[in-house]
Amino acid sequence: MIWDWDWTREILPELLTQGLLVTVQATLGGAVLAFVLGLFVALLRRSRNPFVSRPVGAVMEFIRSTPLLVQLFVVYYVLPDFGVKMTALMTGIIGLGLHYASYTSEVYRAGIDGVPKGQWEAAIALNLPRHWIWISVVLPQAVRRSLPALGNYLIAIFKESPQLSIITVVDVVGLARELGSERFRYLEPMTVAGLFFLLVAIPASIFVRRLERRLGN
Amino acid sequence: MTISPCSAELPGTFGEAMPFLCKGAVITLQATLGGSVLAIAIALPVGLMAMSHRGAVRAVARVYMEFFRGTSVLVQLFWLYYAMPILTGFQLDKSFAGILALGLNLGAYGSEVVRGAVRSVSRGQREAAIALNFSPYHRMRYVILPQAFIGMIPPMNNLLIELLKATSLLSVITVADLTYQGRLLVNSGSDQLIVFALLLLIYFLFSYLITLIMRFVEGRAARMVGRDGPQGRPRRAWRSPRPRRPVPSVEIPSVEIPSAETPSVEGAR
Repeated sequence: MIWDWDWTREILPELLTQGLLVTVQATLGGAVLAFVLGLFVALLRRSRNPFVSRPVGAVMEFIRSTPLLVQLFVVYYVLPDFGVKMTALMTGIIGLGLHYASYTSEVYRAGIDGVPKGQWEAAIALNLPRHWIWISVVLPQAVRRSLPALGNYLIAIFKESPQLSIITVVDVVGLARELGSERFRYLEPMTVAGLFFLLVAIPASIFVRRLERRLGN
Repeated sequence: MTISPCSAELPGTFGEAMPFLCKGAVITLQATLGGSVLAIAIALPVGLMAMSHRGAVRAVARVYMEFFRGTSVLVQLFWLYYAMPILTGFQLDKSFAGILALGLNLGAYGSEVVRGAVRSVSRGQREAAIALNFSPYHRMRYVILPQAFIGMIPPMNNLLIELLKATSLLSVITVADLTYQGRLLVNSGSDQLIVFALLLLIYFLFSYLITLIMRFVEGRAARMVGRDGPQGRPRRAWRSPRPRRPVPSVEIPSVEIPSAETPSVEGAR
């Protein structure tokens, strides 16, 4: 038998508790950061002041066009030189969050552009202050429109989180690599890790598709 | 006198790093090219299969797409390179395993693009081709695909940039690509700030190059079916095109309303 069931049973609990916990932390941390930062970036990019909107747009374009892995290296190896000390997991969350903020800001932008013009005109006709138009009229509608796309990016962040294992975070894949290197046998741990990603990602994407249909866009 | 950007005569860290980074950049470009050829070769048939009338054919396409979109590239890469040899006794060359993993992964995303683009060709085109007694093959080849092709290019552009970015993962299975060379330089004591900045810059330039090429292709494809090419600046350029702010330019004079009659925010929602 090529497949070693005994060993699979031995490593499964460890992968699904310790590894899963770190993967979930990285995913949720990265997603929260990306969703919040993305919203601010989307607002800054709409700024009337070109000295604000242009540089923010350029930086985001740069982040989106370069690999997450290299960005992780920058945060992990270069920032400590400037006196910023963090755990590897924290570094990874910041890297993921920054990288995906450049994607989510586009999602919010599309959501904001999709708010009908009449809503703006009505809010102005009601003499609402500018910040109030944003907070209580435009953003609630824009964010609602953006939800399915944000859900897709949550899944994307979940699938990209194994890259953190390269900067020594011990998530599901990091743990699988560690276990594999002990016996120099990667078949079982890697297959289990891959199946685990499938088992989460496929139902999640079905859920997002359903959400998309329910919100009607 | 001009000095090549890959020359070792450049001052300081640049001279130290650039010869190695150029070597890595060539590998990165090769992997991107190989991966994209494979991805497109997979995406076209699988995308069309996903729209087949036969349930079995559709199921095969869907299983492939869901499988490769459901796991991360890194896991697929590890699996192909480290796990599959144990199962099948067949060890792939590392660059080949890398290109295979990238091509299979991006091919799954590409299939979705192909499917969407073919579906977005208006129904009248298909009906007209049927009315003209085109065979299903000719219908697809001469009527539907040339039009669908234009719609595929902008999302394909994004996918190719994703592919370029994903090639950095090949460094993990010790393919000597750009990222690998960069890490090697940092480990051997080069100034890491400069090396990583150069890495990011080179990747950015390559992304921009992909966008320029795809824009050119899009213009050609559009003209071939008699439409105008893309307008304005590149889609992934510095600033994405943005419609004017939907606020009327006329300032509405603010009127003092007694607080009791202020329209509630709830009404505006």
